[in-house]
Formats: sequence, structure tokens, C-alpha cells
Amino acid sequence: MQRFFILNRLLSVLTTLFGISIFVFIVLRVIPGDTITSSLGIETGALSPEQIESLKRYYGIDQPLIGQYFSWISSFLRGDLGFSYSTGTPVLQLTKSALLVTLELALIGTVLGVFIGISIGMFSARKPGSLRDFAGQFFGLLALAVPGFVLSTTIVTVMANQFQYFPNGYEYMSPTEDLWMNFQQMLFPGLVLGIAVAAPVMRTTRSALLETVDKDFIRTAYGKGVKPRIVRLKHVLRNSLIPIVTMTGIQFGYLLGGAVIVEKIFSLPGMGRQILDAINKREYATVQSSIMIFAIMFVAINLITDLVYRKVDPRIK
Amino acid sequence: MTQQKERTWVHYYFQSASGVIGLILVAVMVILSFISFFGLAPNNPLEQNPVDALSGPNATYWFGTDQFGRDIFSRSIDGMRRSLSVALLSVSLATFFGVFLGVVGGFLGKWFDSLVVRFSDVIFSFPAILLALAIVNSLGNSWIDTSIAIAIVYTPIFIRVSRGPVLTVKEMDYIKSVRVLGFSSPRILLKHVMPNVLAPIVVQVALSLSWAILTESGLSFLGLGTQPPDASLGLMVAEAQPLAAFAWWALAFPSIFITVVVVGLNLVGDGLRDALDPARRNS
Repeated sequence: MQRFFILNRLLSVLTTLFGISIFVFIVLRVIPGDTITSSLGIETGALSPEQIESLKRYYGIDQPLIGQYFSWISSFLRGDLGFSYSTGTPVLQLTKSALLVTLELALIGTVLGVFIGISIGMFSARKPGSLRDFAGQFFGLLALAVPGFVLSTTIVTVMANQFQYFPNGYEYMSPTEDLWMNFQQMLFPGLVLGIAVAAPVMRTTRSALLETVDKDFIRTAYGKGVKPRIVRLKHVLRNSLIPIVTMTGIQFGYLLGGAVIVEKIFSLPGMGRQILDAINKREYATVQSSIMIFAIMFVAINLITDLVYRKVDPRIK
Repeated sequence: MTQQKERTWVHYYFQSASGVIGLILVAVMVILSFISFFGLAPNNPLEQNPVDALSGPNATYWFGTDQFGRDIFSRSIDGMRRSLSVALLSVSLATFFGVFLGVVGGFLGKWFDSLVVRFSDVIFSFPAILLALAIVNSLGNSWIDTSIAIAIVYTPIFIRVSRGPVLTVKEMDYIKSVRVLGFSSPRILLKHVMPNVLAPIVVQVALSLSWAILTESGLSFLGLGTQPPDASLGLMVAEAQPLAAFAWWALAFPSIFITVVVVGLNLVGDGLRDALDPARRNS
């Protein structure tokens, strides 16, 4: 039964990925129309019909749409993600380094978010309806409502001007080049993403804890004379973890979206900035492949969350 | 009968403090937008007064001015009008198409339903802002393009919210009995299924409005929405970034506007959820 489930799940992931590739193809290739006009602009007018013909052949857009789709997807699957003319490198090579930056950022953001979210959730749930609960919930609401770009801009302004501290003003350092510098450059963007993750994690933690404290086994633990602190950590928190883990998995995916904005503000060379740069420079092949990769990551993360979730909770079959 | 039921949930809504506060915050922002819409703002949001550039909040310029001497208050309420217009149009489109696809898919089942579910799975596979960005990149920068992009992004949420309850409701005895009575499918859907799946949809509308505003301001912050010199809250934050060190007001006020309206819509959503869910009332 379990094996069938995984097989089924993988099959549905494959069909979703197929749907995603068609969607990306339609949105980024079919709707914008002519690649030549959109990349050359008014200069297209100066081209002779023969030149336009040969450009079309060069870009492969003289074929019918279905042919274009299959030639794109087959080269994508072979690892040929296109060529970035402005940087003079294949998109695959750009993506390899950018992907690591974004994943590191997302990981730091998630860790910070889970830590902040669970702490404030526990703080709130200690006395529901009290002032501290109100303060905790108010934080949750603000974390949900203040956009990442507002928080980032504020942090950058305050840090750079009040404390003359702006590690992101220097060239980006990967962890292998300069671990300490990398940590400083990742800390604030990670914190911005972490706060966005903390809000839903906090809400989930609070309600899961409140639901668990009423259970009989908690009363039994108190009755046996277990120290309240131990009950809270070992009995209540541990039994509330499942919804928290699920929420974290969902948020990890959304965090990849937040990375687009945060990477731009903190000048981190990740996937988000790669896409924005490519959009500004009108490099459609890069945009198309990068967005496809983002979606694949997102699907992979959801699949992993789903599998972990089933492993953690033996009740789900 | 209907009237009494309506009075009841409104009554419950106004009993929740967060619902009332949320409604007030949203109402203030809506009124400010209308002031801008009717051209009653204290200054022209586009007019440059270089003599007054970068002056702090004062009697003439309540929120101060930017580097071109444009009035930040007038620009903020104009930006709010734009954000709310985009949010309203996009969420209306998403609600209409999402609920239509979700209800019809859930009710009919078979291939149409699987197609609808596949479509939502595909859209759900992108982070919202990224998908909106890709679509806007293809469509263009007008507020209608932005609205369409955001509508596509949030349609699957409405599919999910409406399809689930329909699957439960359609198996219930009262639906089976009206089918036996020979009512047509559209009539059963509109008169018997819809009223019972409405509550979660209404809550979702309030929450989606807040997400739409965040997405719209994010897009315009990245330069992919409203284009200068027009005012938009996200763009104003982006333009204030280099000024913020010596003109805090240029960054603070548009940021506060976005936050207030998003907080307000979230509180309205919470209030509606409590008021419309009988199990949560009086808790």
C-alpha cells in the first residue's frame, strides 16, 4: 500500500511537471510573441526580410509551436538551458552557482523562521488571552503584513547609516571563499525571509499547542509530578510537531518566491536575481529555463515534505 | 428567514474586536482612495515643486515631499487607489473563475474535474510573486496586466476552497432528493450547493485581497508594475531607498500604508471566519 502511494505520488509529480513545462512555454514563449521584435525592439524595422528569416531559423521560431516546445524541452532535459549573451556563459553554469546561493539563503531563512516562530508561539500559548498572548499574536500579524521589501529596505538603511555596517556592499563571498563574510552577507536577508516564515509557523505552533495541552496524557504527566517545563517541552511541544513540520515545508517553498525580492535588495547572486537580470536584459532563454528550475525545486520540496510528513506521523496511511 | 440569518452573522462580526478594527482600517484606506479618485487630494501627485524638495512633514505637505518636491501624502493615497484597484479586479477575476471551475469541476467530476485539479497543481507549483512576475513580463505593465497576472496566480486557491465543500455537499441527502425531483444541474448548483459553500469563499476573498496588495506592491517595487512618474506604493518604497537616510518620511509613509491595509484585510478575514463559522462563535 505504502509503495503504491509513493509510485502514485511520483506519477502525479511527473504529470504536474509536464503541465508546468507547457505552462512556462505558453507564458514565456507564446504570449510575448516574436522573440526577434521583443529583443531587438524598433531596430527590427531596419532588417531585411532575409535577415529576419535567418534570425527566425537561428532562434528556431520558424518551426510550428509544437516543434518549438519539443526542441526546448528536449534540450532542457539534456542540460542545455540556453546561453546568456550578456555574461557570455551557458545558463546551466550560471544556474549552478545561483542555485546554491538561493538554497543557502532559503535554509538560513527557514531555520531562523522556525526558531522565531516556535519560540513566539510557545510564548503566546502559555497564557491564552493574556497580554503576552496579545503581544505574540500582534507580532504574528505584523510579520504577515510588513512586505519583505519594506523590511529589507529599512534594515539596509538603518544598518548602513546608523551603524556604517553593510556587508552586502562588498562583493559576494561563497562559504568556501570566506565563511565569516558569507555568514554576515546572508544574515539579514535570511532574517527577513525568516520573519515571513515565522508568522505562519507561530500561528500554527500556538493553535497546535493549545489543542495538545487539553489532552488527557498531558494531565496525566502533570499528575505524575513531572516538572511543568519538562511537560511543555517533552510532552506538549513534541506532540504538536506534525502541523508545525507541515507548515514549515509549505513555507520553505514560498520562501523561494520571497528570495526574488530579498536577493535584489541585498545584491546576492541567486536564482531570483538571475531571473530579474534576465528579464531586464530581455534574455528570454534564461528567464524560461530559470523559472522552470524554480518550479522543479518547488515541486521537489513539496514532495519531500509530503513524504517526511507521512514518515513522522504513523497515523497517516 | 434569509434576512434573519444575515442579521445573525453581521451581529457576530461586530462582536469581534479584531473584525471591527480591521474594518475601520480598511475603510480609512478606501475613503482615502476615493479622495484621490475624485481628485480631492491636497496636491497633484505628479506635480514637482523643486523649491520644496525633501521637506519633512509640515502643514502643506502632511507626509513631506520626495526629491522632486512631490507631495508624499497625495502620492501615497494615489498609490493606495492603484493597489486597491488591482487587488479588487484581480481577486474578482480569481474568485469568479476559481469558484466557477471549482464548483462545476467538483459537481460534475470526471475528466473536467481532473483537468481543473491538474491546472491548479501546475499553478500551485510556482511561488506566487515569481509566477506573477513571469506573466507580467509577458503581458505588460498596465494595471490591467498586473491584475490579470495576480488573478491567474490566485485562481487555484479559489478552486481548492470551493471544490472541497462541493464534494462533501453533493453527497448529502438533500442534494440527492432535489436531483430525484428532476431539478436541472445549474439550478441545483446555484440554489442548493452554492449557499452552503459560500462561507469559506468569503473569508478567502478578504485574505486574497491582502495577498494581492502585497504581490502588486512587490511587482511595482521590482519595476514590473506601475511605471514612473505614476505613484504606486511599492515603487515609492523603491525610490525612497537611496533617500531614506536623510528623508525617513519618503520610506516610512508608503510602507505604513501597505502595512495598515494588509493588517486591516487580515483582521477582516479573521473576523469573517469567526462570524461565519458557527463552531467558532462565542469562543
